[in-house]
Amino acid sequence: MTTYTLPDEIRKIRSHYCPGCGHGILHRLVAELVNELDITEKVIAIAPVGCAVIAYDYWKFDVSEAAHGRAPAVATGIKRSLPDKVVFTYQGDGDLLAIGLSEIVHAANRGEKISVFFVNNNVYGMTGGQMAPTTLSGQKTLTTPYGRNETEIGPPIDILKILQDFKNVVYLARGTVTSPKEINKTKEYMRKSLQIQMDNKGFSLIEILSPCPTYWGMTAINALKHINETVVKNYPLGIIKDE
Amino acid sequence: MDRKNLTGLYFWQGNTACAEGAIAAGCRFFAGYPITPSLEIMVHMNSRLPELNGICIQMEDEIASMAAVLGSSWAGRKAMTATSGPGFSLMLENIGLAIMTETPCVVVNVQRGGPSTGLPTFYSQSDIMQARWGAHGDYEIIALCPNSPQECFDLTIKAFNLSEQYRVPVIILIDGFIAHMMEKVTVPDDNSIQIVSRNQPKQLADIPVDSKPDNLLVPPMANFGQGYRTHTTGLTHDEHGYPDISTEAQNKLISRLIDKIKLNSDKIVITEQTCLDDADIAVISYGINSRTAVEAVKRARKNNVKAGHLRLVSLWPFPEKKIRELSNQAKKIIVPETNMGQIVREVQRFADSNTQIAPLNNAGGEIITADKILKTIMS
Ligand code: SF4
Repeated sequence: MTTYTLPDEIRKIRSHYCPGCGHGILHRLVAELVNELDITEKVIAIAPVGCAVIAYDYWKFDVSEAAHGRAPAVATGIKRSLPDKVVFTYQGDGDLLAIGLSEIVHAANRGEKISVFFVNNNVYGMTGGQMAPTTLSGQKTLTTPYGRNETEIGPPIDILKILQDFKNVVYLARGTVTSPKEINKTKEYMRKSLQIQMDNKGFSLIEILSPCPTYWGMTAINALKHINETVVKNYPLGIIKDE
Repeated sequence: MDRKNLTGLYFWQGNTACAEGAIAAGCRFFAGYPITPSLEIMVHMNSRLPELNGICIQMEDEIASMAAVLGSSWAGRKAMTATSGPGFSLMLENIGLAIMTETPCVVVNVQRGGPSTGLPTFYSQSDIMQARWGAHGDYEIIALCPNSPQECFDLTIKAFNLSEQYRVPVIILIDGFIAHMMEKVTVPDDNSIQIVSRNQPKQLADIPVDSKPDNLLVPPMANFGQGYRTHTTGLTHDEHGYPDISTEAQNKLISRLIDKIKLNSDKIVITEQTCLDDADIAVISYGINSRTAVEAVKRARKNNVKAGHLRLVSLWPFPEKKIRELSNQAKKIIVPETNMGQIVREVQRFADSNTQIAPLNNAGGEIITADKILKTIMS
């Protein structure tokens, strides 16, 4: 039997995330990877603005917050200044795809040697459940009370499709956290992303489909079911690009 | 770090001198976005920084440029960006973050006429208040204002030193005229250039270091990547860098951010004076207009009028004490500005109410000539 313990890189404090939220799992995965790759003294993270704004409260390594959406630009400044360090951004869907679309696209196109962990939960959590660029068609949110209407608002955006033809993007994958098996797969995508960076190969982004039971109006269990049954149809899982 | 100063005598425009001043100060990171009339600074950095193991990146916009500057400064480099009006507006988001995270960095704003696209190729002095108040929230900032290419060099070094010492973004407000004016610039040898670098915590710790402020109220700065396991956040935070969303923490933090500039303002403020000691008519000016103002004062003296000039070399923090003293001595204070009256309001705030204050304005594009200033002195 395997006994799982918390890695040293995570602070043992009370979580501020809602029950059933995916951020807790992902924070832990990040901390485990930092520990397993033995990069605690080398890693520098950039937290988003959104529910994960205080990610640095949980991680015991260098972490900065960026202004909303600007994490890839901050990461550019850090990584270019300290090319031997391992730099990653941790961003939500409002942060990365709405206000920060320009930053992520240009960082990817420049081929910044950073890892991006993109947490897609189809909604703005921090501000109370408004539409995100990733909100599914028909999905009801605080600002789409009649459901997202594609003719007025456009369909949800798939960032992996946008980035896959970029020459300097070397690795793109999408995972989820709906079962231990999927969590392990996601962890391996994230590990590969960090490894690619340590091998100085180029830009990589891992998207993670994550539940927000609070603003999906679902129980934690139903939120996971919703990902497996509906969300993955819009955002297919797996490795999208590996060069 | 190697400085590689181009020690010698040059005929440079203000923008080139500013870029070389940054290099002399130890700046090894520049991120920017092309805009008139500050562009030559970036172009110069593009060719100079790579040969010094420095980095110069053209970013996708001014927002990202300023964000990259913050990242580089947290990573331990001396970093700068340069822009003009519309770009400065975009940078204010991250300038606010720099103030809150106490990040040393230098932002050059080569002012042009505004609002909006305004007069891209004509100079102005109309971003003085934007530099002071442009980001949201309460804060104090440092802003310097050169009046020659030589000073573009000297004050850029000064700007880096102040930003490292006080852990605050320092704004250099150059008016477009000075930026494009060509004059003699002397680059001294390495040893005669004084360089200040940020204080760092003495010990590594496995949680963010307890960064107690020094006697200037400035805490030491833990750079990323050195094993401090440090945090930076734009949220209100305690001295360990952890968020503390309470009115107590807000009052403590913001008061210190303000006091570290305000209480040290005597050490920061730079002024210059000409014929001021016995003057009963004073001209207060800055940037290009300080050159014409000195000329006007000299002509007035030839006409036996006791005129004098106070030049604001630093604009923020404002030299309140100096203005108070001057207004007790002078019966009239003239304030020529190439804007519709920005610094004159500060003068009014601090001057004795019996002193007559005469603004002299142009909305952009024109120097306030010595003739005009002289006429107001004599009237
Ligand atoms: S609002 Fe949603 S994303 Fe935010 S903590 Fe709660 S469950 Fe997680």
